[in-house]
Amino acid sequence: MDAFTTHTGTAAPLRRTNVDTDQIIPAEYLKRIIRTGFEDGLFVAWRTNEPDFVLNRPEYANASILVAGPDFGTGSSREHANWALLDGGFRVVISPRFADIFRNNSTKAGLLTVVLPEADVEALWNAIEADPALPVTVDLQAEQVTYGSTTVPFQIDPYTRWRLLEGLDDVGLTERHLDDIEAFEANRPAWKPKALPAV
Amino acid sequence: MPKTLAEKVYDAHVVRSAEGEPDLLYIDLHLVHEVTSPQAFDGLRAAGRTVRRPDLTMATEDHNVPTLDILAPIADPVSRAQVEALRRNTAEFGIRLAPMGDRDQGIVHVIGPQLGLTQPGMTIVCGDSHTSTHGAFGALAFGIGTSEVEHVLATQTLPQYKPKQMAVTVDGELPPGVSAKDVILAVIAQIGTGGGQGYVIEYRGSAIEKLSMEARMTICNMSIEAGAKAGLIAPDQTTFDFLKGRPHAPRGADWDAAVAHWSTLRTDEDAVFDAEVHLDATALTPFVTWGTNPGQGLPIDARVPDPAEFADEGDRRAAEQALEYMGLTPGTPLREIEVDTVFLGSCTNGRIEDLRVAAELLRGKRIDADTRMLVVPGSVAVKAQAETEGLDRVFTEAGAEWRGAGCSMCLGMNPDQLKPGERSASTSNRNFQGRQGKGGRTHLVSPAVAAATALTGRLTAPADLIGA
Ligand code: SF4
Repeated sequence: MDAFTTHTGTAAPLRRTNVDTDQIIPAEYLKRIIRTGFEDGLFVAWRTNEPDFVLNRPEYANASILVAGPDFGTGSSREHANWALLDGGFRVVISPRFADIFRNNSTKAGLLTVVLPEADVEALWNAIEADPALPVTVDLQAEQVTYGSTTVPFQIDPYTRWRLLEGLDDVGLTERHLDDIEAFEANRPAWKPKALPAV
Repeated sequence: MPKTLAEKVYDAHVVRSAEGEPDLLYIDLHLVHEVTSPQAFDGLRAAGRTVRRPDLTMATEDHNVPTLDILAPIADPVSRAQVEALRRNTAEFGIRLAPMGDRDQGIVHVIGPQLGLTQPGMTIVCGDSHTSTHGAFGALAFGIGTSEVEHVLATQTLPQYKPKQMAVTVDGELPPGVSAKDVILAVIAQIGTGGGQGYVIEYRGSAIEKLSMEARMTICNMSIEAGAKAGLIAPDQTTFDFLKGRPHAPRGADWDAAVAHWSTLRTDEDAVFDAEVHLDATALTPFVTWGTNPGQGLPIDARVPDPAEFADEGDRRAAEQALEYMGLTPGTPLREIEVDTVFLGSCTNGRIEDLRVAAELLRGKRIDADTRMLVVPGSVAVKAQAETEGLDRVFTEAGAEWRGAGCSMCLGMNPDQLKPGERSASTSNRNFQGRQGKGGRTHLVSPAVAAATALTGRLTAPADLIGA
């Protein structure tokens, strides 16, 4: 995973609530067995059916920060949604509230999710609608979002922040605790079910 | 310290905890399907890792599988490649697979309980958000992403933070024709699609205790639709009776030891929940959704809402967008909404009891001439059981299509899809835009409402049929 420290780019206002992962990328794109190249599926229904969908507008075509309404990433656990956003050029999503699995997947894939209060999201929407070229900086080190003369702090749990800053792989971190896993396994009750052999 | 049921299960699986770090949680069972696993297996291979506990891992083919011609190779080459990738991966890493045509094949959340692999007090994960289904047995079961699938394959653990605890208490007797599906749709409408975010929900109360295991699974299944990490129900005699004798349930002295342990899995009297929600079962009616998220639901007696009446601006905009997509006019009675297709199936309502309820309403009748009804059992075993009971004939004689097992039109990854503009009454769990096919419009309903709707061609409560 790529480390994330700070990112500056332009931002796209997605004035919608409950953007579920089926909208971020529909099921038909999930049949692929590779991990890259999902940008063609990103918001494909809205991009196809709604000519003035925000990402169809040239002024937002190169945005790398997505600013959405509450409950972003609800529904299916598909990490393809996170991959599609990354493949589509996004490094950060800002929303007042994220679905748990989406947020969790983001930290694994290297996409930063930033929770800001609704009023701050509204202010940011207004600013990037007034000036789509406005640079927005998301600084994970300093835990703040800056645009124009505005700076808004955000919170993220320190462990996730550290992992993102270092770009660390979870499996590698867990493997350091193999002894603990073995000790735990030695004490599991014998009647716990096993899938093998098939009965 | 008094604990909730979910806390007891969580605490019993902590491998390691350290200040300032997530806990490392042991996973008792890892269920795998073809869609969210290929990249995880690739990750293992790239890092030269193996699967730590193939014996605690079980795979099946469900999302892509056709429900017609199920013994022929899959026609769609991309779907076929994905299923073949799962076959290769499970063979290479020594994981048990229930492939198409196998007696154990079916929707991943149907086969776990059916095989007795899902048991009280376990931690269960799957790269699938409806893993919460298994919580019906008093297990802590939740959906994960593909990176986490890789993590569990490699280590049989997951880094986790202890979730917050919510109690949803449903007391009283459910009126006739009102089912578990209506209960959970009412819960989601009440707390919203983000209401459970960060929580594990424990469903309790006299109405829940009276439910069958199938009905409990329906409720826990849709916990994710309220944004919750998981949903669970304390195991009791109903749970033990369901499990006894299943292929992977403990036997003999092991059974007694297991039941003794399972019987301790209840929330302590003085345990404190971070949030509590109450519902009066006696006041519930059949529930249907009108919008494009599962929280946009109302009793079937209601009318399509007017977006102008929503106080919150975000809700108003969401309602406007939903009605436009759904092609609905505010003020229309929900009962006047005509559907093209009825889908009975999915991990929410594709179990034997769901098929029985629907078949009872259809017995000896014909569905509406302009309506198509698809009946898709949740697993090969459910299909076989239904055929033993003659339910397949009830459905086909009523004019419905009887199909092979799989996810089918729940998400339309196989050929079972709505066409643009087509409207369905569906017993699945998501009414998202395009979920059942591009441009398709979904109303979520219970199996009883699905059957009643198939008979009239309009959204219909089972009680409406009496005297009709
Ligand atoms: S039936 Fe639907 S919700 Fe359930 S696992 Fe399959 S696709 Fe997912």
